[in-house]
Amino acid sequence: MVTIELVLSEANVMDNGVVIKVSGPLVVAKNLSGTRIYDLVRVGQFKLFGEVIEIHGNEYFIQVYEETEGLGPGDPVYPTNQPLNVELGPGLIGSIYDGVQRPLDVLRNKLGDFITRGAESPPLNRTKKWRFHPTRKIGEEVIPGDILGTVKESSLIEHRMMVPAGIKGRVSRIKEVDTTVEETVATIETHSGVKEISMIQKWPVREPREVVRKLPPVMPLVTGQRVIDMLFPITKGGTACVPGPFGSGKTVVQHQLAKWSDADVIVYVGCGERGNEMADVLIELPQLKDPKSGESLMERTVLIANTSNMPVAAREASVYTGITIAEYYRDMGYSVALLADSTSRWGEAMREISGRLEEMPGEEGYPNYLASRLAGFYERAGNVICLGSDGRKGCLSVIGAVSPPGGDLSEPITQATLRVVKVFWSLDDRLASQRHFPAIHWLTSYSLYRDVVDDYCVSNIDSSWKENRRRAMEILQRESELEEIVRLVGIDALSYGDRLYMEVAKMIREDFLHQNAFDRRDTYTSLKKQYLILDNIIKFYNKAKELLKSNVEFSKIITIPSKEEIARSTLIPEDQLHKFTEIGSKIAAELNTLLPKDMVRSA
Amino acid sequence: MLKEYLTIKNISGPLLLVEDVEGVTYGELTEIKLDNGKLRRGRVLEIADSRALVQVFEGTRGISPENAKVKFLGKGQEIGVSPDIIGRIFDGAGLPIDGGPEIIPTKRVNINGSPMNPYARDYPNEFIQTGIAAIDGMNTLVRGQKLPIFSGSGLPHAQLAAQIARQAKVLKTGEKFAVVFAAMGITFEEANFFISDFGRTGALERSVLFINLADNPTIERIAIPRIALTVAEYLAYEQDMHVLVILIDMTNYCEALKEISAARKEVPGRRGYPGYLYTDLATLYERTGRIKGKQGSITQIPILSMPEDDKTHPIPDLTGYITEGQIILSRALHSQGIYPPIDVLPSLSRLKDKGIGEGKTRIDHADVMNQLYAAYARGEEAKEIAVVLGESALSPTDLLFMSFADLFERKFVQQGENENRTIEQTLDIGWKLLKMLPKTELKRIRPELLDVYYKGKMT
Ligand SMILES: Nc1ncnc2c1ncn2[C@@H]1O[C@H](COP(=O)(O)OP(=O)(O)OP(=O)(O)O)[C@@H](O)[C@H]1O
Ligand SMILES: [Mg+2]
Repeated sequence: MVTIELVLSEANVMDNGVVIKVSGPLVVAKNLSGTRIYDLVRVGQFKLFGEVIEIHGNEYFIQVYEETEGLGPGDPVYPTNQPLNVELGPGLIGSIYDGVQRPLDVLRNKLGDFITRGAESPPLNRTKKWRFHPTRKIGEEVIPGDILGTVKESSLIEHRMMVPAGIKGRVSRIKEVDTTVEETVATIETHSGVKEISMIQKWPVREPREVVRKLPPVMPLVTGQRVIDMLFPITKGGTACVPGPFGSGKTVVQHQLAKWSDADVIVYVGCGERGNEMADVLIELPQLKDPKSGESLMERTVLIANTSNMPVAAREASVYTGITIAEYYRDMGYSVALLADSTSRWGEAMREISGRLEEMPGEEGYPNYLASRLAGFYERAGNVICLGSDGRKGCLSVIGAVSPPGGDLSEPITQATLRVVKVFWSLDDRLASQRHFPAIHWLTSYSLYRDVVDDYCVSNIDSSWKENRRRAMEILQRESELEEIVRLVGIDALSYGDRLYMEVAKMIREDFLHQNAFDRRDTYTSLKKQYLILDNIIKFYNKAKELLKSNVEFSKIITIPSKEEIARSTLIPEDQLHKFTEIGSKIAAELNTLLPKDMVRSA
Repeated sequence: MLKEYLTIKNISGPLLLVEDVEGVTYGELTEIKLDNGKLRRGRVLEIADSRALVQVFEGTRGISPENAKVKFLGKGQEIGVSPDIIGRIFDGAGLPIDGGPEIIPTKRVNINGSPMNPYARDYPNEFIQTGIAAIDGMNTLVRGQKLPIFSGSGLPHAQLAAQIARQAKVLKTGEKFAVVFAAMGITFEEANFFISDFGRTGALERSVLFINLADNPTIERIAIPRIALTVAEYLAYEQDMHVLVILIDMTNYCEALKEISAARKEVPGRRGYPGYLYTDLATLYERTGRIKGKQGSITQIPILSMPEDDKTHPIPDLTGYITEGQIILSRALHSQGIYPPIDVLPSLSRLKDKGIGEGKTRIDHADVMNQLYAAYARGEEAKEIAVVLGESALSPTDLLFMSFADLFERKFVQQGENENRTIEQTLDIGWKLLKMLPKTELKRIRPELLDVYYKGKMT
């Protein structure tokens, strides 16, 4: 890369550092001794936020989170002696932040419709009063992670105030109060003196929050999306990726999970994607009701929006900001889901910064640490025993969209992601252009949690859950083999048994897997209902197979009237599930009438 | 007085390295004065100590370390805006080329703009009628959307763009509407076509044109769309206008970006394009939308020619990853003489659903659209089977769908270059075609709508 080599001159040494080079989002400064790697600094007269990402001798390489136009050599750089961190405390729920946790709603009210440089505002509201309810008493011994008290943060979330990391001792003051986040709500006597505890904690974003122990995931994260829950399930504490070319439905999948998955808390990171999509979430979520509680879905959601036109370095930080907030709620004992759309844009941000640092490029120009960063990110998911003496459990599921150039899955980000995640929802361009949504391909996708979820569903939904799922997959697989033959020689060459496979596979695809995210009735399906829809299809299949053996005419079997009812059964409301049994009986009855008379008697 | 530097050290591609400078900042606008009196402009790409790397918009041809003086202007690149800008034609530097007077700006604005706060956005949901059936009926455009046209060399995207610019309107009356048009590296003939078409049809009176021709400086193409979008933002958010921005040809823009990247010897991403192409394109395409509480809006139609008609080439690919759908032109339709040759099946407007239906277009719109799409897809599939196995392998219904597909292309997609269909006309044509299919096959249409609209057979 053509760039200007630096020659350091001995300039006057001051308290603050001095810019010596500016290249896009990368600024090099000198004289910042005392500043550590990953420390936050403020750059130039606007005090732009930046993070030290490399140090060479007296040269400090800073990635700046805002537009750097107008910066030049000689501009001051102010150390903060703190790493890039997030503020954690009540008020996160329902907020919308940029990649470095600036509250976008507050910024708009203060500065207008466009994001101007140097804009600053504390992430948590400093004046709002919260009612703090202690759960510990004076004199009790506490350790990090212990819950000192709670605050009703939203109609869905009870915020649990935890003893911060590194503090251990005896509660010496605590009481029920109405208080702002900054005021002291408790004091703890420790070996190293009395610590005052407020409701704000800060945590460095690039460092995972500590846990006692990780556990294997055991519960499904129910998404209400049939192709996911039935065929390629994800667990609470699990990881998944959604790769697909543009327009194949990654964002819709992420939005659906944000809306309908049964996590307690959702953190949605719009990482380098569209502004209109964030507007969509902001308008829709408050209007939608949580299927369990009937409360607005915004009451459990935190949004991070660093859209594609916002600074690239802040985009790089956004996934860390999001996951740290997610870990914080996990630590309270909640089940949290983090959705990142799109991790490819994060990878590209790494590539851009790496290029400016003139690091040795790896494949397709990505830095060589790409794979380890991605792995480190997904490793922060999990089912855990949280810090604290009560041994409570929390979990964090992470679902990342991946945007492979040209839809080519062999590219570095997809490959590195597939090595670490356990679920692969493969979005298929052809399905999308046939308007089969969600375009998750049933033959290429996989879930390594299938057995765990099967076990759960067999005991909690229906004992034939696993058998039905297995049968459905087998039929779909068979269809793809048969399709080859049909393409070459036409459908008439198939036996009736094979044509039945084709027919039932079509039912599975069109009447079960296909799910319209934008239809009020179709957008969410409970596990029980998913089971019932598929069960009728499988019952039809089993019975039809029998009939074929008794030489009943194929065209009569596949045109029984109740087949239409299966097709419409996805729209049966959740409170009328008994209708499925009625349809099931109808299918059986109609098929039975096709049997030769003597056989009906013997049957 | 700004200092003039005679200290050009290196010249490489469109880049200059200037030494011993003082007080220069990143992104600063630069003026390069040659000893023949000619002026060129540039921008600081990197600054380290006392050395500045400058990208010259008009290219470095003819510059030597001895014959040029460099002046740093102390600010980024700006454009002067005023309400008088409407109806005018400018070059890539923002200077008038229509023989009219200079613009006296009411203010000067940095062309890079600032990112719109996502929280300030209002969701696009108002129907724009383009008068083109394949767009209005099947891939509806809404205010505040960015919907590109993926074309190829030799396809009539220019005609289509001009037709949209002429015809586009919203169904409400009394709203102010403007077109901002930016041409990057198009031929003189194409530019002439637009200018005379806009002039002939009166569209010029509500338009602002920025023109960079194929033989104009390539690096200027980096600035042109930014200038156009800055003007668009001024008209939309300060003059309360609904602005349609047409950018043509984005492929030339990307080539210019590639040229600078190559001159800097940056590590390339896919196929030689810079790794930050996505981000760079996003800073253009995302300057589209509506703002809560503002009257005006910006709608964007970028046009690009797909190298080798390949949708996975980085330019269309990354565009598709940013925009809200795409309109794809088909060479096959074009060679069958169908104008506009819009390939309905791979085209998609992602925001259409929120802009159509009762109160916006017509109650039957979504149903008709889905049914036409499904029937056309089925007809096209039947055609493919017929190619392999012969028409005898098709059922009578499939044969019917096959002829439906042909008629759909000829009656629905095809229309005149000056034919401006209302949305009612578009939907009525749709119904006329659907009536050739048996009622039982129209599964995508709600029964109550079938009762109203499916009356009698096609005549
Ligand atoms: N489940 C669904 N139901 C109905 N329509 C869908 C569904 N999923 C996707 N679509 C359609 O596909 C379009 C594109 O989906 P989406 O925006 O999720 O794509 P994407 O993969 O995120 O693309 P990009 O990479 O460009 O962001 C949507 O606008 C919608 O029209
Ligand atoms: Mg998306």
